[in-house]
Amino acid sequence: MSAPSSLRRWLPLLCLLPFALFFLVFQVAPLVWVAVNSLNSPNGWGLGNFEKIFASKFYMQAIKHSLEIAFWSSLFGMAIAILGSYSLRQVDSKLRDFVIAFSNMTSNFAGVPLAFAFIILLGFNGALTLLLIQLGLIESFNLYSKNGLIVLYTYFQIPLGVLLLYPAFDALRQDWRESAALLGAGTWDFWRHIGLPVLTPALLGTFVILLANALGAYATVYYLTTGNFNVLPIRIAAMVSGDISLDPNLASALSMILVGLMVLITAVHQLLLKRSQHVTR
Amino acid sequence: MSRANRPFKNVGEAADARQKQAKKRSLQTVNEHFEPGFNEAAATQVVFKPPVKAPTASLYHRIVVWLLFLILLLPLAGTLLYSLSTSWSATILPDGLTLKWYAALWSDERFLRAFGQSLLVCFGALALSVALILPLMFVVHYHFPKLDTLMNVLILLPFAVPPVVSSVGLLQLYGSGPLAMTGTPWILLGCYFTIALPFMYRAIANNLQAINLRDLMDAAHLLGASTWKAAFLVVLPNLRKGLMVSLFLSFSFLFGEFVFANMLVGTRYETLQVYLNNMRNSSGHFNSALVISYFFFVLVFTWAANRLNRDKA
Repeated sequence: MSAPSSLRRWLPLLCLLPFALFFLVFQVAPLVWVAVNSLNSPNGWGLGNFEKIFASKFYMQAIKHSLEIAFWSSLFGMAIAILGSYSLRQVDSKLRDFVIAFSNMTSNFAGVPLAFAFIILLGFNGALTLLLIQLGLIESFNLYSKNGLIVLYTYFQIPLGVLLLYPAFDALRQDWRESAALLGAGTWDFWRHIGLPVLTPALLGTFVILLANALGAYATVYYLTTGNFNVLPIRIAAMVSGDISLDPNLASALSMILVGLMVLITAVHQLLLKRSQHVTR
Repeated sequence: MSRANRPFKNVGEAADARQKQAKKRSLQTVNEHFEPGFNEAAATQVVFKPPVKAPTASLYHRIVVWLLFLILLLPLAGTLLYSLSTSWSATILPDGLTLKWYAALWSDERFLRAFGQSLLVCFGALALSVALILPLMFVVHYHFPKLDTLMNVLILLPFAVPPVVSSVGLLQLYGSGPLAMTGTPWILLGCYFTIALPFMYRAIANNLQAINLRDLMDAAHLLGASTWKAAFLVVLPNLRKGLMVSLFLSFSFLFGEFVFANMLVGTRYETLQVYLNNMRNSSGHFNSALVISYFFFVLVFTWAANRLNRDKA
């Protein structure tokens, strides 16, 4: 009341200052540094770092591995999440609430502890590996390979997929199903012509988030292979915190490729979403 | 128009109103996909239940749900069993059960230190986040509502930029010079603030919309309270629950953060995750006990958040 009016006007903005400062220091500045220095190559400013990456089989392999693992784990994770969330809607609420709560909790079971748990379960002497071999279902299982990583990544995609997809099934109304059945549509017809088209935006959105989740994952693969498996995050980290061949500028260029991939995926998602017929829901 | 139609219309309106409430209140609106879930839950109170399904179909769904549960449970159950077994190698089941690994773990000085340091960093980061985000929320929603759109874009950054990428810049910027922080826990406080930001912002924003901030402030002003007094004594208590839920959830994933902790600080201020990584060559049983102990804490905190969240509804 007695404060000068100019102070009263500036006080709210002053309250924003600490937040803006921290956000700048810890989120914006590092990203800007990476973006700028990705263009700083030994031969001066320019696209030298990117040329080096795209000419190198080693770095291209890292990108390829990252994309492959992200794609397959997102696909499998989503398939399981779709089946799971659809069935979750059909069972009684007690079981449903319990499994959903459990699934949400396991979404925090990721990174190093998860990699460790998988070594116990599916490592060379893992209990599940031995069981499956004794049952004659598999000959051997290498958790430390690309396929092993896909299995591991799939696991941490499932809770996230359920979290995102479970509410999406709301879009499917029970009476549509009954109407379709009355008009002579079978289960297959219903899903082909009604179910899937209606769910498409949610499915695409979830798939994009899962892809981004897998692309950026570092802790799991780092612990599992002590940084020896060639994927993008591992390569980036090795070039700034490894013992040999430190090259922050090249790491920045790789980082920009990783961020670029995420932006690209999001852009494609937006494009597909516009094309899909159920946008204006 | 006609009197006879009124009751039906009112039922419909009530459902609508409820849906809007649910949309505003829901904590988890990190993603648009969540909203229909809450709406459905709210609307079922007025909509009739679907007819009971054929037993074979429900059996199928039940099996799928149990399978899902089993898949999610398996790694945890395996680790738990491993942490309780005397020795377990090259057989499907362990040789015997014991608690000695837990005893060894909880008397290990390095573990206890890492555990304490993890707690300290997490609580510190959460305190910092609250101190930074609460004033921001209040100012944005009370003084500059238009900024909310900008904020909703900004809080996507921590999602879009993986910690590995941020670390590259952080290591170079704060490795030396006036802001030299790498190798100290201080840098983790700042980084963890950026991780917690999107979740806390969304949760508090939902909560703020639900309490109708402007009316509340106007009422407080009318009764003679200053803006400060109103913010602290009227608005803050109303935000307590949403804040607590977001704090519990944030804690449970900050507690498991590894990338920043390992790349920026490493062994110089060992957190639990970094400790687990550094112990990779020690006994698997010991490490299992560590993993289970860690997850137990996460479990307690997520459970608390769940519980609080349900009470709110």
